[in-house]
Amino acid sequence: MIFFLAIASISERNMYGFEALTFNIHGGYLEAIVRGHRAGLLTTADYNNLCQCENLDDIKMHLSATKYGSYLQNEPSPLHTTTIVEKCTLKLVDDYKHMLCQATEPMSTFLEYIRYGHMIDNVVLIVTGTLHERDVQELLEKCHPLGMFDSIATLVVAQNMRELYRLVLVDTPLAPYFSECLTSEDLDDMNIEIMRNTLYKAYLEDFYKFCQKLGGATSEIMSDLLAFEADRRAVNITINSIGTELTREDRKKLYSNFGLLYPYGHEELAICEDIDQVRGVMEKYPPYQAIFSKMSYGESQMLDKAFYEEEVRRLCLAFEQQFHYAVFFAYMRLREQEIRNLMWISECVAQNQKSRIHDSVVYMF
Amino acid sequence: MSGVVALGYASSWGAALVRISPYTFSAIGIAISIGVSVLGAAWGIYITGSSLIGAAIEAPRITSKNLISVIFCEAVAIYGVIVAIILQTKLESVPSSKMYDAESLRAGYAIFASGIIVGFANLVCGLCVGIIGSSCALSDAQNSTLFVKILVIEIFGSALGLFGVIVGIIMSAQATWPTK
Repeated sequence: MIFFLAIASISERNMYGFEALTFNIHGGYLEAIVRGHRAGLLTTADYNNLCQCENLDDIKMHLSATKYGSYLQNEPSPLHTTTIVEKCTLKLVDDYKHMLCQATEPMSTFLEYIRYGHMIDNVVLIVTGTLHERDVQELLEKCHPLGMFDSIATLVVAQNMRELYRLVLVDTPLAPYFSECLTSEDLDDMNIEIMRNTLYKAYLEDFYKFCQKLGGATSEIMSDLLAFEADRRAVNITINSIGTELTREDRKKLYSNFGLLYPYGHEELAICEDIDQVRGVMEKYPPYQAIFSKMSYGESQMLDKAFYEEEVRRLCLAFEQQFHYAVFFAYMRLREQEIRNLMWISECVAQNQKSRIHDSVVYMF
Repeated sequence: MSGVVALGYASSWGAALVRISPYTFSAIGIAISIGVSVLGAAWGIYITGSSLIGAAIEAPRITSKNLISVIFCEAVAIYGVIVAIILQTKLESVPSSKMYDAESLRAGYAIFASGIIVGFANLVCGLCVGIIGSSCALSDAQNSTLFVKILVIEIFGSALGLFGVIVGIIMSAQATWPTK
């Protein structure tokens, strides 16, 4: 009797270290599947082969030997880079949907959370595109498939944020993230960027709280990954808003309420006026000091790549533990990074700029 | 009452305990021996099996080799059955005048303890082998040189169940009921 009560309590509140006892009931099959997908990610050798390609048909031929083969084989010969990226994203979406339909609570909620970032990006894409008077169909085609929801096309009708919320977004999972940015101001470029960052901040905090509630290895690994994401966004917001009209208080409101930089790093970042000051702030934190020390003074182009490399390193480490959900998050992120790599390589090959390939490819294994 | 005074128990709980029939304890011991061992084996098999099935989709070569993990878990259930059969052969009838003698109680408790030892040792052994088997399947799918090395860990894990069986059988060997 006591024994069964013990088991029930273990499966509800995962005592750290004992997830192995009950995780496989609902998650064993999917974890094994996602690890199988991870084995199909492109290695450095694959990237080296791809970098040697002369044109896009060569790239298609090399990719046919990988897991992308079945997605690209039916494409007609004058290939575009957008087609390659689109088909590879389709593979990501298929993997995701297969996992989502097999998952039970709370894994299904966890997998849904991974999509909300894409939904936010799609909403901002459509609203910005409408502002610049682009065609709706064209915008819908550019949206990321993981972030599609039913009423997304109605976004073109909205004039300000309150309408945006009331007409479309109140029925979507993004509704709770809007409480902080409901204003009646008309949407313009600056407001849209602020809206994007406010939504993303609310999303990250919500995701963080959800992972904390799950407990165990999931919460530990996801906290690390989400904290890095929050800190990276804080640095990017700071750098992108240097020299714009964004005030210090507004900038501070866009930083998330968790992460290594919270709260003292945020205080210091809010008052930064140029990149060297940002560097000065970040070098006080040992994990980020390593990133910033790779760049010489005054250079900021390599910062994106350095952040991506650090993110990939942490994502690969998530696979070292078994019986937690962070492997799903890590796999999705690694695939997205791989698609970014493929897009860069395809663009460089298509435009005959192969010397610049290594500027932006992040190797994983 | 005279029995209580003669045996010198300080509380009535002690008296109640020794008045439970030794056959009750024996029967519960036998039930735990088989029941909890099978629980451990089943637990281990599902932990291994779910990972094995998922991993075999991308790497079908691992299926035949990794069935060894399932077999190790199964062995745990077999230990439980064997000990349960041995224990039930130790049960003998004694006349009711001798049912509460010290020697009868000793036999009853020996069978009970033997059942608990075997049951719980097999429970944790089954769990251990199951979790390692799951990791073994996933690692084998990524890198086939790891299989044999992880198998060695599993072999050590399955020795735990064997320890339980050995001690249980030694314990039950002293389950001698008073002669008529």
